[in-house]
Order: sequence, then structure tokens, then C-alpha cells
Amino acid sequence: MGAPILELDKVTIRFGGLTAVDALDLTVEEGDLVGLIGPNGAGKTTVFNLVTCVYQPTSGVVRSGGRELTGRKVNEVVEAGIARTFQNIRLFKSLSVFDNVRVACNLHRTTSPLQTLVRMGSYHRDEENVKRRVDELLDLFHLGRYRDAPATSLPYGEQRRLEIVRCLATQPKLLLLDEPAAGMNPTEKDELMALIKRIHREFKLSILLVEHSMKVVMGVCQRVAVLDYGEKIAEGTPTQIQSDPKVIEAYLGEPHEKGFAHH
Amino acid sequence: MSVGAYLSAAVTLLLGQRLFGETGGTDLQQGLLFLSALIAGGIGAALAGLAVGIPSLRLKGDYLALVTLGFGEIIRVIFQNVDSLGGALGLNGIPNYTTVFWVYSVAALSVFTVVCLVRSTYGRGFLATHDDEIASEAVGLDTTRYKIVAFVVGAFFAGVAGGLYGHFKLTITPTGFDFTKSIEIVVMVILGGMGNTPGVILAAILLTVLPEVLRSVDEYRMVLYSLLLIALMLARPKGLFNFDYTRIFARLRKGRAARS
Repeated sequence: MGAPILELDKVTIRFGGLTAVDALDLTVEEGDLVGLIGPNGAGKTTVFNLVTCVYQPTSGVVRSGGRELTGRKVNEVVEAGIARTFQNIRLFKSLSVFDNVRVACNLHRTTSPLQTLVRMGSYHRDEENVKRRVDELLDLFHLGRYRDAPATSLPYGEQRRLEIVRCLATQPKLLLLDEPAAGMNPTEKDELMALIKRIHREFKLSILLVEHSMKVVMGVCQRVAVLDYGEKIAEGTPTQIQSDPKVIEAYLGEPHEKGFAHH
Repeated sequence: MSVGAYLSAAVTLLLGQRLFGETGGTDLQQGLLFLSALIAGGIGAALAGLAVGIPSLRLKGDYLALVTLGFGEIIRVIFQNVDSLGGALGLNGIPNYTTVFWVYSVAALSVFTVVCLVRSTYGRGFLATHDDEIASEAVGLDTTRYKIVAFVVGAFFAGVAGGLYGHFKLTITPTGFDFTKSIEIVVMVILGGMGNTPGVILAAILLTVLPEVLRSVDEYRMVLYSLLLIALMLARPKGLFNFDYTRIFARLRKGRAARS
């Protein structure tokens, strides 16, 4: 097995006096489906921003496939095969569903801006390829019927799905999902879980999932890491995590009587 | 635009003299000369755009607009004080090459280019960058590069427009490209709706025709013109010709559902 697809090596970031993430070690191997949980403000989204180089760590290194990501530009991280979704959905408002996915296909094209301008060389072939790929992806995720509708006219759950499909268009090796179940009702959550399992299986992706919904995390993840105040306090299988006293303490506060966890 | 005007005027004035002498050359020769002058003006302006763009595109929104307006003023002052370019008097005796044919060809070409660009997969990146920079980067777009390309393409056509302008007025002075001119162009874009090509074209036509129509009210012309602008901005802040496609789409769907 090669170097892990994502490796955080003693990553620390401070904002002023606040240590948002403290000496975090986290590894995602190829094909892993890892959950990252923790109470509000534990630093989960900050971890995503560190991986995607939105923030630079105060110390420590982020690597992917053995290569350092730290210090690169945000779009270069995507080139390295890491795509993310956002906690608050960020679709392109003025673009259609089709175009939202199409834009993400720019990464793997060979046509230069100049060729686009004069429409020569590989332009038309390339454009056809993109169109076919986008339509394939949309159909695969049942978004084909919305193809030409404005992205923001979609129902909430479908907007989430579209954002994930847009990520897939960049042909990532690792997908970072930031609270995909936020604001979803139980039915939508079930659909989302099925979707996550499906892309994990069919696209052979590694997934790192930040989520508050225990139902989703415990339902799909093979391994779960727990953050509290920027520190990793536990890591293990969902069952191990659920019975870990430290995790329970982080979520429910310190027990007043000993043996609280048994109640 | 002023860079383009000066550069292309310089090309026709200098090269024209040297190549064709006193006779002025044939129509074809003149046309080719004009064409190369326009292209030179465009490329010159594009290079100027690149020079301003690379440092200033780190800025966002209003700040960027201020920098570009500031740069326009710098260019104007430079032209005003360089004697070899005529100083405050400007360049005179530019041959009258700009015809309706040239203007419309260039307009058509620029619209064609913009539409082609924006419709392509690459060009959709411009709209995406405009919509949401963070999300654009997250799907792998190099937003800085996109902004520079947009800047340079825009500057190129502004330069060509400047060339046309110079060969129409037959004389160019630095004051012809002052702050008001820049603002006028910005107003066209905002009124038309940003990122809305047909809207901006219509707004440009409207804003050019409007002062002429208002000529009948004479001295109140500019007052009325400004009032109209303010009213338009209040009524349609997202652009005069910017329609809410989401709502139109929803209404169409509802209509179709009602019929079936």
C-alpha cells in the first residue's frame, strides 16, 4: 500500500490566542470512509480548511499521497485530487444545474483559452466530451430532469446532491463532505446515506465526513475520529466511539456522579 | 481605451506617411493599415491591462474599480504631458478611416467573441468566479488567472474601440478620456446588468441615444439624464435588462403543469 491519501502530521493552527486545532494526527487511507465528529466549535471545519489550504497551519504538515499540500493554492489542492463540499451550500447562483457541473470539468481539459477563443484544435471534441460527461453524471444521480434549471431553484436535498456531483466532476481521489446532512429531514438523511455509500463504492473514493448527525456518521463510516477543543480525543470504529467515556464526556459534560455513562 | 486611441493613431500617422507618402495609398492599403492600427491599439491596451491587472486584481470589488479608474487618470495625465504625443492639444490630423462598416464589424466581432467565450466550458468559469470565488477555487478554477484574462480581453476591445474613436473624431485629446468617460462606460455595464451581454448592449445603446433625445430640453438635458439614471438604478438595481430567470422558469413550469 502506498502513502495514505491524506495525512495530517501534528497539525496546529492558532488564531490569535485560540488554538483551533492542536497537534492533530489524522490519516485517511485509500478507500477509507472516515467520520470526523465533535461538539460545536471543536475545529472540524477548520480541519477541512487546513486540508484544502484555505488556512495554512501554524505548525505541522498536511500530505496527500506522500506529497506536501501545505503552502499550495486552493485550486492546486483540487488538482491533487481533493474535492470538498461546503457546510452552507455554495452553488453558482447564476448558472444552470448543467453549467454548475460543467465548470468543474475545466480541470481536466486540454484546450487553452486561446483555442477556446478561436475555436480551433481540440476545442469541439473537448467540448463534446465535457457535455457527455456532465450529462452522464447528472443522469447517474437523477438530476437530469433539472439539467437546464437554475441551480438555486432546486429543492434543498437536491442542491446538496448537486454540490457532491460537482465535486465528482473534478475526478477526486478524496472527497471531503462538510455536514452534508445539515438541515435534512429523516428521509433525506436516509437518501444521503445511500448516496455516500454509493459514491464510495462506485467511484472508489476515499471520503472524510464531518457530520453532526450521529445517525449518518454511525451508519456509513468505517472509522470515526472525535475532536474536542481542537484535540483528537478518540478514534475507532463507530461502536468503540459510542462507548468511549471521553467522547461521552465531551458531548454531555463531566458526569457529576461516577458511573454516569452506565445509566 | 486612450492607450488604444493613441497607439492606433500613431500607427496610421507614422506608418501612413512613410508607406504611402503624399498620395495616401489605395483603399485596400488604407484598410489594411487601419486594421493593423486597430489591432496594435488593442494589443497595446491589453498589455496595459495586464500590467495594471496583475498587481491590482488582488483587490476585490470597489477597491479594484478605484484602482482602474485611478490608472485611467494616470494615463491621461501622462498623455497630457508628453509633448511628442501632442501634450494637451492631443494628436491632430488623424485620417478619417472609421466608417459605419468598421464600427459595426468591430462591434459584431467583440460581441461574437464574448458570447463564444462565455458559452464555452472555459468561459463558464468567468461567471462562476463572479458568483462565488471560494466555490470556484474549490472546483479547481484559478480565479486570479480568470480575472486577469477577463481584464486583458476587456482591455483589448477597449483599445480597439479607442482606435475607432480616434479615427472618427480625427483628433484626440487627453481630456476626451477623462473620468466621466470611464464612469459612463461603468454605468452602461451596471445598468445592463453585470454578466448579461444583451442587457449591456441595450444599455449602451440607450445611454448613447438618451442624451441626444433629450437635446430638445436643452439645458435641463444632463439634469434629466442623471435623474433617469437614478430612477433606473432604484427601480432595477440588478440591471435594467436583468430578468429573474428563476421566476420566469418557475412560472413556465407552473403554466405547463396547469395545462397538462
